[in-house]
Amino acid sequence: MPSSRDVVFVDGVRTPFGKAGPKGLYAETRADDLVIRVIRELMRRNPNLPPERVDEVAIAATTQIGDQGLTIGRSAAVLAGLPKTVPGYAIDRMCAGAMTAVTSVAGGIAFGAYDVAIAGGVEHMGRHPMGEGVDPNPRFLAERLVDGSALVMGMTAENLHDRYPSITRERADAFAVASQEKAAKAYADGNIQPDLVPMATRSAERGWGLAGADEAPRPGTNLEALATLKTPFRPHGRVTAGNASGINDGATGCVVAAADVAQELGLTARMRLVSYAFAGVDPEVMGVGPIPSTERALRLAGLSVSDIGLFEINEAFAVQVLAFLEHFGIADDDPRVNPYGGAIAYGHPLASSGVRLMTQLAREFGERPAVRYGVTTMCVGMGMGGTVVWENLAWEGAK
Amino acid sequence: MTENGKNLETLFPDEVVTKAIVHDVELPHGAGLMALITLDNGFDHTKPSTFGPAGLASLGEALDAVAARSDLAAVGVVGKPFIFAVGADLKGLPVITGQEQALRIGQLGHEVFRRLGELDVPSFAFVNGAAMGGGLEIALHCTYRTISSGVTAVALPECFLGLVPGWGGTQLLPRLVGPATAIKLIVENPLSQNRMIKGPEAFAAGVADAMFEPADFLEESLRWAARVLRGEETVSRTDHTVDDWSKTLADARFLVDMKLRGASPAPYRALDLIELARTASRSEGFAAEDQTLADLLMGDELRAGLYSFDLVQRRAKRPAGAPDRELARKVTKVGVVGAGLMASQMALLFARRLEVPVVMTDLDQERLDRGVGHVHAEIDRLLGRGRLSADQANRLRALVTGSLTKDAFADADFVIEAVFEDLGVKKKVFAEVEEVVSAECVLATNTSSLPVTEMAAGLRHPERVVGFHFFNPVAVMPLLEIVRGAETDDATLATAFAVGKTLKKSSVLVKDAPAFVVNRLLTRFMGEVIGAVDEGTPIEVADHALDGLGLPMTPFTLLQLVGPAVALHVAETLHAAFPDRYGVSENLARLVAAGKPGVYAPDLSLDREATALFAGGTSPSTAEEVRLRALRALAEEIRIMLDEGVVAAAQDIDLCMILGAGWPFHLGGVTPYLDRAGVAEPRFLPRGVASVPA
Repeated sequence: MPSSRDVVFVDGVRTPFGKAGPKGLYAETRADDLVIRVIRELMRRNPNLPPERVDEVAIAATTQIGDQGLTIGRSAAVLAGLPKTVPGYAIDRMCAGAMTAVTSVAGGIAFGAYDVAIAGGVEHMGRHPMGEGVDPNPRFLAERLVDGSALVMGMTAENLHDRYPSITRERADAFAVASQEKAAKAYADGNIQPDLVPMATRSAERGWGLAGADEAPRPGTNLEALATLKTPFRPHGRVTAGNASGINDGATGCVVAAADVAQELGLTARMRLVSYAFAGVDPEVMGVGPIPSTERALRLAGLSVSDIGLFEINEAFAVQVLAFLEHFGIADDDPRVNPYGGAIAYGHPLASSGVRLMTQLAREFGERPAVRYGVTTMCVGMGMGGTVVWENLAWEGAK
Repeated sequence: MTENGKNLETLFPDEVVTKAIVHDVELPHGAGLMALITLDNGFDHTKPSTFGPAGLASLGEALDAVAARSDLAAVGVVGKPFIFAVGADLKGLPVITGQEQALRIGQLGHEVFRRLGELDVPSFAFVNGAAMGGGLEIALHCTYRTISSGVTAVALPECFLGLVPGWGGTQLLPRLVGPATAIKLIVENPLSQNRMIKGPEAFAAGVADAMFEPADFLEESLRWAARVLRGEETVSRTDHTVDDWSKTLADARFLVDMKLRGASPAPYRALDLIELARTASRSEGFAAEDQTLADLLMGDELRAGLYSFDLVQRRAKRPAGAPDRELARKVTKVGVVGAGLMASQMALLFARRLEVPVVMTDLDQERLDRGVGHVHAEIDRLLGRGRLSADQANRLRALVTGSLTKDAFADADFVIEAVFEDLGVKKKVFAEVEEVVSAECVLATNTSSLPVTEMAAGLRHPERVVGFHFFNPVAVMPLLEIVRGAETDDATLATAFAVGKTLKKSSVLVKDAPAFVVNRLLTRFMGEVIGAVDEGTPIEVADHALDGLGLPMTPFTLLQLVGPAVALHVAETLHAAFPDRYGVSENLARLVAAGKPGVYAPDLSLDREATALFAGGTSPSTAEEVRLRALRALAEEIRIMLDEGVVAAAQDIDLCMILGAGWPFHLGGVTPYLDRAGVAEPRFLPRGVASVPA
């Protein structure tokens, strides 16, 4: 068994993201059906990958009950029509679920346990509202292990504004407007659609439909409109529905493989996994998580932040992206950061988002052969950050 | 809706309306906008979507709205989950009283459905689930069709009931797939126990242009539609109208005639319409369908067909007189006394359906080994045919065991005997079993003619004895006559019905009367025909005198299937009970004595040695006389059975004849036909129940 080998990202797709709730695209569509659709599309897009060569299906979900339960990686694999010899599992690291699915199978590939795996995530926040069924241990508060605000993500974002007084609501709103503009442009340029798989939507009242695009983006959002929004987490606070990601439904998935096996099968490797790291921070400021995780991942890669040509950072909240940028001395409007826009526009179906970042990075890499390295990073509830460093296999310097 | 349409709606006051819901869909690849129509009656898949006047009106309105638009690239039709649509709502048909109304049913369907093929943009049917009758016709009217490989039922079952697929089916399908395939779907399958085909077969037959797996059927169908619209996918069609259809049609007419002998008009009319499809314009063809539907709707054969359908769909599921099912006791182990052929068949059926241990007993080790061996061989055969997995086969083999002593029944909850048809033998068997089993264990008898009450007499617990009469072959025939003896209690009876249901049989409650229902009537019927032969009517005349009924086989063919010895035994039993109505043919006894399997040779010609045994009669009858005699005898016997309370109603007689004797739907079993033939006085069923209302 080889001790280590290169791991590559082959292909990623996702369903369009819907708005959670009774009027959302997927109000009557099952979460597992979203995952199944993604898996089938990955197999369809990669006809060189024999289904029996998939060695693992790792699917993340934060709330693993109902249609997100029953070991969703395995049950979705069976329902997607993969051979019954293909195993699967469910995985959870809240917002970084899909990211962790990728790093876990990547670890297995590097170790030699797998050749090819499918990793992804799903969150149907309409069917499974945040915090559904949770039962926090009373010791958290009794022993003051965490602040009372730690489990309310919007409050942790307000706490982050406190830690970074220079990040004002105006800066956050400006970042949000830019996210919407970049997303609208990415759509107009046709950079998003190639990695979306159209999803049938069921509605007893309205009949069948087809989701072909994200429901959440609000092109044309402006600062004036954002300035009027309420701050639900704190009176006269800074965090609004406009400068945060929404409550969404969606699923993502990707094919990850050993570099040599990808070559053997004729799969197009698009990114090489360079390093990854997760790190813990105080849960009440969970938004700073990407800072230590990125520092660690860069150290493991032997790279510095100046080597990174593209950042795909999840926009759970504008403030948390801005804190990251401020820490690393990157301008708010740096073109290397989320060039296609981020979760403020597209939405953030918790456990699915990690692979959306990777899919977008892979497409951006293809557009930018001058860039060699990029990172995908995100903050995680309960005070964590996750970062994966990738090498662009379309990098012109290699040719 | 037209005036006539409104009139029709009053005939369907309880219509479960299938709504046509329009939802715009932006097709992939920039192929434009599709108005996607979902057909949904608001219930889950257990109540499939059907079409009555209000449902047709809803689809008509949806198509009005769609036709008025100029922004569409295409129109699509899809069903609710698991169901596309299963055709016309049959509930209102029995109350149609006039030719005009009947004509209107066909016209209304055409007016709506045909628009799907006459829009300015292409139409696509996405057959995501069961598509039957009018449901399939909706798909046929569309320009293109996709089908899910998971669809379990595609059919045009109209001829099975006595109708034709007259909302376009007979005109569109032959042109799409050619006459041979169309005949198979429209005529042959309905006449073969209403066989349905699955999605992959429908696709292979050309009914659909593309097939996708169920997991993301609609998405992939829409992608395909987009490619078709963009010209990236071409759908090739064969022009079948240039071919000569005459031989195919002649062959089909011959086969239909072999089966029906003119007894039911629908398949013949369907073939006429299929023939017309080659040359007729759409409007001519649809008008001919309207006329045919009206004629058939005003015919008694269809009414009897609808009546029969209702019997097997509804009455069979709620047996008249069955006790509260809550009273049924759990059955965790079954005993079968005997190891003969019938016993082996029963043992396998119990093991397969109840999935509990089944012990067979016999006094003779060799017979026992043969019986268990027969079951195991049958399991191997099912395994070989892929009907069982290796694990399932292992499970079944382990479930069925043999024992020389009845001790093995100690923990059984249900013991059925299938020993020699002799009252003394059976009483002795039950007495022995009672020594071993619990006080609640049901003792069932598979007797075909012996009295259940007498069999129970003398037992410590006669209340647990029940008749449980299968038909041969046990695995195939759907009827179970459940016989209540004088002492049988409700818990025993409820357990018997529950077991019958788990065995997937249709059970009918029968009083403890000689030969119960099916054998009593068939024996009477055959007795009259054999009697006519005994009197000098040539076998070839007598045996074909009732061809006009379209029975599954002639009386002498049935005799051969049952076996002359068994038939003679039942005739003797019935003669003992009803000597003035049941004779015992001496010629039949001679046939048995000669060891002949019947009067037909293996090549189906008459065996002259056998027919010689029937010679000597001096007062031959004409075929018409034989027919009337047999029908009158049936009517007389049924009247007596109803008076005796053998079953709850004439409907149960008919159910028994349909399910136990395979008598056809167009006869309504038997009593509607006897009413129609004018030999029942008074009628068994009021006009309108299984006939055109007065």
